[in-house]
Formats: sequence, structure tokens, C-alpha cells
Amino acid sequence: MDTIFALASARGKAGVAVIRISGPLAHDAVAKLCALPPLRQAGLRRLVWQSEVLDEALVLLFAAGASFTGEASAELQLHGSTAVVARVLQALAATDGLRMAEAGEFTRRALENGRLDLTQVEGLADLIDAETEAQRKQALRVLSGALGRRVEAWRLDLVRAAALIEATIDFADEDLPLDVSPEVRALIDGLLVQLLRELDGARAAERIRDGFEVAIVGVPNAGKSTLLNALAGREAAITSDVAGTTRDVIEVRMDIAGLSVTLLDTAGLRDSVDVVERIGVERALERARQADLRIFLQADPDEVLMLLPVVDDLVVLGKADVRDGAVLLVSGTVSGKTGAGIDWLIAEIATRLSGRVASAGLLIRERQRIAMQVAVTGLESARDRMGRAQSLPELVAADLRASMRALEVMVGRIDVENLLDEIFSSFCIGK
Amino acid sequence: MRLFHVKHFEVIVIGGGHAGAEAAAASARMGVRTALISLRRDGIGVMSCNPAIGGLGKGHLVREIDAMDGIMALAADRAAIQYRLLNRRKGPAVQGPRAQADRKLYRAAVLDLLSAEENLTILEAEVIALKQQNGRVTGVTLANLVDLSADAVVLTVGTFLNGVIHVGDQRRPGGRVGDRPSLLLAEQLAGLGLARGRLKTGTPPRLDGSTINWEVLETQPGDEDPVVFSFMNKAPQVRQISCGITHTNEKTHAIVRQNLNRSAMYGGHIEGIGPRYCPSIEDKIVRFADKTSHQVFLEPEGLGDSTVYPNGISTSLPQEVQEAYVRSILGLENVRITQPGYAIEYDYFDPRGLDLSLQLKALRGLFLAGQINGTTGYEEAAAQGLLAGLNAAALAQAKDPVHFSRAESYIGVMVDDLTMRGVTEPYRMFTSRAEYRLTLRADNADQRLTPIGLALGCVRDERKAVFLRKRDGLAAAADVLQQRSFSPTELNRVGISLSQDGTRRTAQALMALPDVTAEQIAILVPEFAEFASEIQQQTATDALYAQYVERQKYEIAALKREESAEIPKGFVFSGLPGLSTELSAKLSHVRPANLAQAARIEGMTPAALTLILAHIRKARRGVAFQ
Repeated sequence: MDTIFALASARGKAGVAVIRISGPLAHDAVAKLCALPPLRQAGLRRLVWQSEVLDEALVLLFAAGASFTGEASAELQLHGSTAVVARVLQALAATDGLRMAEAGEFTRRALENGRLDLTQVEGLADLIDAETEAQRKQALRVLSGALGRRVEAWRLDLVRAAALIEATIDFADEDLPLDVSPEVRALIDGLLVQLLRELDGARAAERIRDGFEVAIVGVPNAGKSTLLNALAGREAAITSDVAGTTRDVIEVRMDIAGLSVTLLDTAGLRDSVDVVERIGVERALERARQADLRIFLQADPDEVLMLLPVVDDLVVLGKADVRDGAVLLVSGTVSGKTGAGIDWLIAEIATRLSGRVASAGLLIRERQRIAMQVAVTGLESARDRMGRAQSLPELVAADLRASMRALEVMVGRIDVENLLDEIFSSFCIGK
Repeated sequence: MRLFHVKHFEVIVIGGGHAGAEAAAASARMGVRTALISLRRDGIGVMSCNPAIGGLGKGHLVREIDAMDGIMALAADRAAIQYRLLNRRKGPAVQGPRAQADRKLYRAAVLDLLSAEENLTILEAEVIALKQQNGRVTGVTLANLVDLSADAVVLTVGTFLNGVIHVGDQRRPGGRVGDRPSLLLAEQLAGLGLARGRLKTGTPPRLDGSTINWEVLETQPGDEDPVVFSFMNKAPQVRQISCGITHTNEKTHAIVRQNLNRSAMYGGHIEGIGPRYCPSIEDKIVRFADKTSHQVFLEPEGLGDSTVYPNGISTSLPQEVQEAYVRSILGLENVRITQPGYAIEYDYFDPRGLDLSLQLKALRGLFLAGQINGTTGYEEAAAQGLLAGLNAAALAQAKDPVHFSRAESYIGVMVDDLTMRGVTEPYRMFTSRAEYRLTLRADNADQRLTPIGLALGCVRDERKAVFLRKRDGLAAAADVLQQRSFSPTELNRVGISLSQDGTRRTAQALMALPDVTAEQIAILVPEFAEFASEIQQQTATDALYAQYVERQKYEIAALKREESAEIPKGFVFSGLPGLSTELSAKLSHVRPANLAQAARIEGMTPAALTLILAHIRKARRGVAFQ
């Protein structure tokens, strides 16, 4: 039995979000994020993954035989931020032996383990209705338009690649004329490029729904908090003239050009001997890297930060009120104090984010994103394996199968009959 | 044998082909009084198509039959005149043992093995009718009007149902060449109202080997270190020979093309669907017009027989055209055809009318196995025979039916495919049909199935001893490898360079690494090198696939769980609250035998499966569950 997880509470903004994990590895998975509280006792824990603090959460563990599903299970009650939930889901998805639950799967397990009574089973009907409706809509979205055509192309390529490999395995005694590996490699490479591009787009699409994150970064006392307050139009961050006032990440949600944007005010970046400040700096770097866009607020046009801007990032010179004249090499100057350049900055942010919206892929759901990630992993493994001296086609085939299974939700089920059709129409089999 | 002394058998098997022979043997091994009824005693164990056993997927089936103590592998080893392990250069999971077999030796071996079965009686007779009572088969009536009663009957009549043989535009009723079709029985079966379809298959002309110019042909010898079929055997038992290889050419193709309208197939005389993986020479030339040459294997039919089976040129062209095109081929310029090639059309019963034990849903007590279910191949037939024989015996003994899991065997894959999907062309086994083929290997068929056979009681002591010895050897080898562990520095000394992370690795973990050789393992763990090579090899194979198998473990467990959730035969899908009309219609049509089959229906959702599961449980308990 594998271990499954899913967001159990409704999506979107809420005070608390609940992630449920069920299966033999449920407790182990939580143990990778925090120290385990005793069974059936809520414990306040800091969830840390890859040395990044994800959230402060209420953690609850249930033993097998004494849970909703009847399996060992866990509940993480998180702060309701979509970003936090997404990170925790990501951390769980990256844990070996865990996968995202299918709709209705928790209920299924509860049923299999005799944890549901008849009334509850009757209630399943409603669940299925809802699920069917959701799937219908999802399927319509996938099949109509551009994505439908792309998905169909992926399907054909997957069938072809797998069929070529299977032909060499199952018809070894036939005089198949060619070495199929160059074609298989080309198909795999092509699929990888497309899937990775779609995944990039998927991130943007997710942002349209959950909002973009824009981080303000700079050295201490560059005026980041003042800028945040000016952008948000209220006192969200505590400001002072003392460098290092902001030690935690402060989030302010606002609407820019119709897009939901979370502004992040981060601790000033500098080497510090202060332990608390150092943690703040590390966290600031981490969050800034993950943000969709960064505003580098410079105190001095020549300064070099611990983080480098990437394409699309904004570099601005701050405290324009105490500076005279424009300076080269930066996008513009702003002053949080006087409001100078603020409208310009908002317009710049809007242009950049709108550009991403335009190029957004059509894959929106987290489930699809994870499926594509699994497919990419399979394809990469197949590609690596084909590069080896002894490539073992049955393992290449196993990798391709894993990819096909993952993409089943989108491309439809590909089974052996599809592969055989392709083989028999391409090769003269029958010695 | 005086028939009037024999009135009752617990199991009666009709037909002595590969399905029938294996069914009768299996039933007898289960300790059940069994009769095998064949038209002619010398028709038992006949290879009516090419003289070879095994291959990819097929070789796996032979090993599985052997693991259940069946007869096919034993007979094949007695008759094998050339062994070749296919896919030698690929991984062990997709290697399939195959052998050319001497027809006479094979037939003799089958008959000998069947004669040795204590509980088995072989009857030379024609069955003209099945006897039934209350929707259940109770026995058979023979052509001499003698009745035999039975608790279960296994029908393995191959292509005999409405068989029509075509040579060019000539046709006549028949099963194999020289055998008469069982029309009376066919009529009675037709009366059962079972869904049926029509298939065709073809054979090449047989050649007189003494008229072949072997000098100019390339030959294909057998393997230098032959891999035999049975877990009970180690080495070939008779003299080994080579096969010849030749090729068709432009001239051959021109002759075939000019005469296409005279082919039974292309002249519109045949309606049945042929296998795409075994096309006739007509098909090859029409469908792959750009290929100017096709390979032809010249397979000797036996040590004391000069007949040659030219594999790759089956046909339904008239005899004189066959002669012309065959003689256009290198080495065959002066060849004499001893028996022309022909196509045969026959009826099969839609295997979706069977349950997972191959018992007809419409008529209890009657089991169908082999070509009658729409399959092709000796191995596919024999594997079904094994399953049907075990289940007929189980029914006679009032025991639970015997089911094979998809996750556990090729037999399970085949039966699941047949009963769930039916067939659109003659069904042949391929390794690609088995989603867990890394686990379902020819080398571990005994590890997978012999324990099941032991539990059923169809495996005898001699095999049990061999099996236990191997099992203990594997366990001991695994122990040795697990106990010994090495630091990166120690490993470096034998040429295994790993990151100096200070982690000690067990020898078992090392075996899974791609660059670690058997020689290096032998230096590190000398005790391991002392195990029998069979044990070392399988241990290495397990290690090779360990990572992938580990990943599939949960999937396999889930599949088995779903397979064990059986859906009762009369379960009503329509009207289940929450099930869409579309899904309910599909389920009612497919009638899945268990939740695993239901899960493979297009459009099925986990929630819908949960709902079905809930209602199965409700139905079974008759009351609300806890």
C-alpha cells in the first residue's frame, strides 16, 4: 500500500489549510519535516524541508486502526497561504513512497479498512457526482484547443517511442532492419523539451490562480520596508532608521493590473554575526530566489549583493529623496518616503507579470504538474539509460511505461494494443 | 479398453492437442480420475504448425507450466534438436527459451508422459454431444452412443469448429489437414448461444529437405551453452542440428503479386481475421511493398525426417503457384513440396464468456481451453489447458477455483486479457503484455509458481525436492551477500570506485550497481562464488532489477488487492446511485470479474471503484458493515 497525501481543506485563501497523509509511511514522512508529537496529541511544530522553514504547523498523528482511513495517518494544519501549502505539497511529493491521492482515495481506503458505515457509503454518490463534473470540465479544458493538439502529439510520440523499443524486445528474431535507438532518442528529447516548457508555463498558470510573489531585496536599511509600505499603501512593515529592522519575511497581498500579487519584504542581505539576523538573511535569500520576480533596491549603484538579478528582475535605486539626479545602470529610482517613482515601479511590475500570463501554459492543476514531473523523470531516466553501453531495453521500456502511466490522465490510457498497432503497421513482423 | 466398464470419470478432457494434453495431465496430477478423449491416439501431442516450442513470452509460459509440474517443458526437452535463448544480449527478464523440436519425438514424449499418469485414461473415440442437466454439464456421448458421465468437462477442440481449409480457390471442411471436423458437437455448442467469431491462420508448404541445396545457404546453429526448458533438466537429450536461412527475392515477389487474385485470402474466399504478427507471404508483399526481400528460416522437422518447414512463407495460393515461388528462392531451385501450404478458417468462442478459471459462464462444468478461445500457439494452448485442467479437478473435488494473478504470471496475464478484452486477432503472448515483466521472468517461474502448485497438490515430490534445493540456495546466497559489507576504500582495492563517503555497502547493494562485475563480487565474497551458477545468476538478475521492482512493489500490491475483490457474477451495475450512465453501461457490457478488471475500463474513476467495492461488500454481507 503506498502512502498518499492531499490538501483536505478547500483551496485558496483560508485561515487554516489541512493536509492529510495516509499510509504506512505517513509518520516517516512527517518525521522528515519535524519532530513527531505523541499520537493523537496536537503538537506545534516548525516544518523544515531541505533546511528551509516551510511553516509553523499544528501536527497530529493517528495510529493504524485508529484513524479515518484505518491506516497510519497524519494531519498538518498549516497557515492558509497558498504558497505555504504548495511548498509543503511539493516537499511531500518529493518524498520517496509518497504520491498525491486520487479523488476519493481516502474514502476508498476507509472503506477497504472497514471504517465507513453504510450511510457514509451512500454519501459516496455525491462525491462521485462532484468528481465526475470536475473531471468533465477538466477533460474539456484539456481536449479543446491548443493543449488538446499538444497532448495528442505527446501521445503519438510516446506510443511511437515505446513501440520501437518493444519491437526490438518482442520481435528479436525478426529481421528488423534498423537500429531504432536514434529515433527513440530523438522522440524522448523532443518530449522532454515540450514537457519542460509546459511545466514552466504551468508555474505561471498556477500563479494566475494563486497569485505571484514579488520579493524586495537589498542591503540593510536600503528602504525596503518603506518601499513595501508605499507600494501597499499602508503600514504593513515596521520601519525605522535602524538597519536590520526586518528579520522575518513580511507578506502583503495586493492587486496589480488585475493580478493577485504577494509582495515580500525580506531582511536586508549582509553578513552578520547576529545568529537571529543570519537566519533572517538565509530565509530572505531562499524566499527571494523562489519568488516570481525580484525588485533589487540598491542603496548604492555600485553595490554587489549576495543575490544576483536574473532576466526580468527590476533593479532600482532607492531613497530618491536624498539623492540628486538619475543614475545609470539601473532601471529607475524610487522613494518610498515621497512616493516618487512608485507608479512607474508598479507599471513595470505589471508589464513583467502580464507578460508571463500571456505565455502561461494551460496546465493548471497541481496534480497535472506532478504527473508531468513524474513523466519527465521517467523520460530522463530512459534517455540516460540509452546512453549507456549496455542499455537494457526492458528498463528503457519500464521508464517509458512509467511516463505513460503518469500522463494517462492527460493523454488517455496507452496500453499494449496501441503499441502492437504501431509495431505491426511499421514493421513486417512474421519471419 | 472396454468402454462399458468405464461409466464415470471425475474430469473428461476432449481433444489431445497441446491444451488437451496439459489439461488431462493437470487434472490427473490433482488426484482426480480423468479421461482424455481423442479421435486418434496418434493425434495426441501433434505440432500442427511450425516444429518449435517457446520463444519470447511463449518460453515464459512453458516455464510456468513446468513450474506447476506440467508436461510441455519435459516433452520439449526430450524432442529439442536446436536450443536458442532469444534476446541473449538483452536483460534476463526478456530472454525467452526456444527450441526446434522433432515432431515425432515430441508426440512420443507427450504420449509417454500422459501414459505414465496414474489417474489418466486415454480413450480413442469421437465425442458427438455433451450431456447436460440443470444448466450443468454432466458428461459426454460418444459416436458409438456410449455415455460417459463426469463432474467437469474440458473442451479443447482447436480449429475443428466449422473449420474450412483453403488452398487457392479450393476449399473443403476440416481441422488440420487429414482430420475431420466435429460438426455434431459444433451444432450443439452453437445451440448454447455463445458469442463467436471467425479467425484464420496459415501454414507454408512443407519441403523435402533432400531436394534443398544446403551448400549455398547460410546456417543458424543452436546456442553453444543451451538453455533447456524444464527446471528438472540440465542439458539437451538428443543430437543438436542447425537450421538454414534463405531469402525471398524480387522474382518471388513478382510471382506472388501476379497470382494474388488466385490466393484464397486475396481472392475473397476468406472472411476470418489472421494474425498480424504471422502474415502470409501474400500479406507481406502487399502490405510492405517496398521490401524487396524477406527472411525464410528452413527448420528441419526432425532428426529422422527430411521434411523441412520454411518459416516465413505461409500461403493460401494454389499449389502450382506455391511451387513456382518457392523455387525462385536461393537454395530451393529444385525443391519438392511434400505438402502444399494452406489457410484455415475456424470459429472461436468469445473468451469473454469465460470466467477466470476458463469455465463457461453460460454452462457450468464446461471449461474451454486453447484455440477455441481465440488464441494461437502451442504454448498459449497448453497454459490454458493447465489452468482448465486444474480448475476442472478443483470443481470435481468441490474445492475453490484456481486463479492466477496478472502480477504473478504470464498465465494470469493471458487469462485476464482473454476474459476481459476478448480477441480481435489470434491472441499470442508477448512480453510486452505483462506490465510487470521484470518480475515475471523465465528464470524465476519456479519461485513464483511452484509454491502455488505445492499448495494445490499438483506438484510431485521429485520436483518439490529440486525446487526446495534452489529456494534454499537462493536464500543462503542472499544471506551471504547481506552479511558482508565493505567500505569505499576496501572497494577501491578491487577496482570499484565510489565516493569516499565512509558508507559501508553490503555486497547485495553492490550487485545492483551497473559497473560492478561478477568477478569483483567473487573477489570480495569468495563464498558467493561457491554457489551453483544457477543460484549466482538468479541472484545477480534480482539485483539488476531490484530498483525497478522496488518501485513497482506498491502497484503490484494494489493490483493483487483489486484482483482479490471479486465482483459476483450476477452483480447489477445499473442503478447504483452515483454511477454515471456511461460507466454503468460499460461495466454491464464488460462484466469485469474483479475490481482490477473494472479499473482498466476506459473512463473509470477511483471514486466509482470505491462505490462498486462498497456495494460488493454490502451484497456479500447482506447487512450493513461495521
